Amino acid sequence: MHEAVSVDTPTQQPIWRRWVKGFWRHAAPVAYGLVAGGVLLLILGKNPISFYWTTIESGLFTWGGLMQTIIRLAPLLLMSAGFIVAFQAGLWNIGGDGQFLMAAALVGGLGAWMVGAMPYWLALVLLCLIGFAVGGAWTVVPSVLKAYYGMNEIITSLMMAYLGINLANYLIKGPFLTDVGFVPQTNVIPFEFLLPYLPGSSIHFGIVIALVALALVHYMQTRTGYGLRLRILGANPRAARHAGISVKRDIITAFGLSGALIGLAAAVEVLGVWGYVRADWNPAFGMTLFAIVFLAGLNVMVVIPFVFFFAVIQIGGHEAAREAGLPNDFLLLLVGLILFFMVLTEWARVKSALAKKLKRSGAGVAAGADEAVVDE
Amino acid sequence: MSSDFVAAVITGAILAGMPLLFAALGETVSEQAGVLNIGLEGMMLFGAYGGFVVANWSGSSWLGFVGALVAGMAVSLLMVVFCVYMGRDQIVVGIAILLSIEGLTSLLHNVQYGQSYPRLDAVPTIPIPGLSKIPVIGPSIFDQPLIFYIGIALIFVVGWVLNKTNLGLNIRAAGWKPVALDNAGVDVLRIRTIAVLTTGALAGLGGGYMGIVTAGIFVPFMTGGMGFIAIVVAMLARGRPVWVLIGSLLFGIALSIATALQLVGVQVSTDLINMLPFVVVILALALFARQSYLPAALALPFERGKR
Repeated sequence: MHEAVSVDTPTQQPIWRRWVKGFWRHAAPVAYGLVAGGVLLLILGKNPISFYWTTIESGLFTWGGLMQTIIRLAPLLLMSAGFIVAFQAGLWNIGGDGQFLMAAALVGGLGAWMVGAMPYWLALVLLCLIGFAVGGAWTVVPSVLKAYYGMNEIITSLMMAYLGINLANYLIKGPFLTDVGFVPQTNVIPFEFLLPYLPGSSIHFGIVIALVALALVHYMQTRTGYGLRLRILGANPRAARHAGISVKRDIITAFGLSGALIGLAAAVEVLGVWGYVRADWNPAFGMTLFAIVFLAGLNVMVVIPFVFFFAVIQIGGHEAAREAGLPNDFLLLLVGLILFFMVLTEWARVKSALAKKLKRSGAGVAAGADEAVVDE
Repeated sequence: MSSDFVAAVITGAILAGMPLLFAALGETVSEQAGVLNIGLEGMMLFGAYGGFVVANWSGSSWLGFVGALVAGMAVSLLMVVFCVYMGRDQIVVGIAILLSIEGLTSLLHNVQYGQSYPRLDAVPTIPIPGLSKIPVIGPSIFDQPLIFYIGIALIFVVGWVLNKTNLGLNIRAAGWKPVALDNAGVDVLRIRTIAVLTTGALAGLGGGYMGIVTAGIFVPFMTGGMGFIAIVVAMLARGRPVWVLIGSLLFGIALSIATALQLVGVQVSTDLINMLPFVVVILALALFARQSYLPAALALPFERGKR
C-alpha cells in the first residue's frame, strides 16, 4: 500500500541535506494544515497567532504543560507501536479503541482490589500484563477469521471495537461498579499506588515503558527474522506463502501483539493518570493515531515527532480553545486538515517521483509502481 | 408483552433503523464499486447538520432533506478526489474526513446555535389508508413521514439498478475486477465516482433523517457511530439491498429495545443489549465463514496500466 518513493540517490547528497529535506518533507503538510486552520480562525474573528502561541506555550514551553504533554505521550506512543506492528504485516487493525477500552475496563476494575491484595509493585506489573493480555485477546476473532478464512480484518476489527466499547461500559456499570458514591465508575486506586513518578517531576513511569516498547518494536522490525517475515507478509502475502512462511501463525501473532501494545497503552493511562475508569469514557485516540502512523510510513523515527506534536496540540490546544472561546472540537478539525495535507503531499511526492523515473528510463511503462496485492 | 411495548419497539426500531438503512444502502453501492467508505460517519454527520440548518432556515422539511443530500454529496466529493482520482489510502482519507467533519460541525454549531437551541417541528406523517388502522402495529409502521416510504422504495431502486442495469453491472465490475471493466472500455474512475457520490447522497439523507425526523435538533457528534454500524450492515448484506433492510431493522430493534423495556418497567443494561447484534454478527461470521464476503478490489485504488 505504500509507494516506493526513494528516488534520491543517497550517495550524491551530504547527510545533513537529506536530514533537512526529510524534516521539511514531513513538516510541510503540518505547516499547511496550521495555515489553513489559521485562515479559518481569522474567518471566525479569532487571532490565529495568539491561538497557536497559546497552544505552544501551554503545551510545550511551560514546565507543567510540557509534563502534561509527556504524560499524554505515553499511551499515544504505545498505541502507535501497536499500529506499527499490525500495519507492517499488512493488517489494518482499525479496532484500536475497542482493544484500548476493554483493557482499560479490566485494569480499572481489578486495580483497586489488586493493589490491596498484594505488594503494590507486583500488582502494577500484573495489571500491566492484564492490559497487555486483554488487548491482545480482543484481536483473536478478527485475526483468526483473517488467517483461516481470509475475511477482511477492517470490518471484523471494527465490529469487535463496538462490541468492546459496549462491553467495557457494561463491565464498569455492572460487576466493576464502585461501592463508593453515585458516579458510574470503577473503584479508585489510591493515589500512592499509581505508577511511580520519574525523579524530580510528576511524569509517571509510563513514558519509559512506551519508549522501551517502541525501541523493541523498531529492533524487531529491522533486526529480527520475525520482523522480516512480517514485512514480507505485509508486502506480498502470496510471496510469503511461497517462501514457506507460516502465514496463519504470523497473522495471528502480529495482530495479537498489536492489540496487546494497545492494551498496555490503556493500562499505562489508567495506572499512571486516572486510577479508575469512568463509564462512557472513550478518549478515541485510535482513529487519529491510525492515520498518523500510516502517513509517517510506519517509521518509528518519524512517528515519535508526529505523535509528540499531536500531544502538544491536544494539551496546549485545549487551553488555547478555551481562551479563544472555541469548542475543544476545533482541534479535531485542525488534525483533520493536517491529515488531508499529509495525504496531498504524499500524492505530490509519488507523482513527481514517478515522473522522474519515467524521464530517466525513457520508457512509457510505470514499472516501479507497486503491485496491487489481492488476497484471495 | 403489552401492546405499548410492541408499539414502542417498532417505533424505536424505525427511528433508529431508517438512518442506518439509508447509510448502509449507500455504503453497499460504494463497496460494490470497490470503495470502502470509512468516512461514512462524516457524511452522515454533515448531512444531519446540513439538513437541520436548511430545514430550520426554510421551515420546510423537504428543503431540509435536499440540504442533507447535498451536504452528504459534498463530503463524498473529498473521497472522490482523494481516493478515486489520487488513489490515496481509503481508510486514512476516511479518518481525515471523519475528524474534520466532527470538528467542523461542532464549531459551526457552536458559532450558530451556541446561545439559542432551535428545535424543528415534527415532520407531518402520511397514514396509509386501511393499513394504518391495524391495531398496535398499524400506527407505528404505516403512519410515517414521506421520506420513510421513499427510503423503502429506494431499497428496490438500488436493488434494481445494481442487478438489472448496465450501470449496476459496471459498478459491481469496478469492485470485483476493475481491470476487466477497463479492458471493456469503461472508465473505472467515472463509475467509482458515480458510486461514491451516490453513497454521499444516501448517507447525507440518513443523517438528515436523524436530524430532521428522529431528533428535530442538531447536536455535535449526534450520529454517534451509526456510520460505522452502517458499514457493518452493508458488509453483511453482501450487496443485496433487501438484506440491508433486514440488517438495519435488526440493529434498530437492538438499539431501541432497552428503552422500550424500561418503558414497561423492566430494567436491563443498554450496553448489553447494544452488544447483541454485534455478537450475533460475529457468531454468524465464525460459524458460516467460508469465503470472502466482500468485493475483491475493495479498498484498492485503481490506476490504469498498473499491474
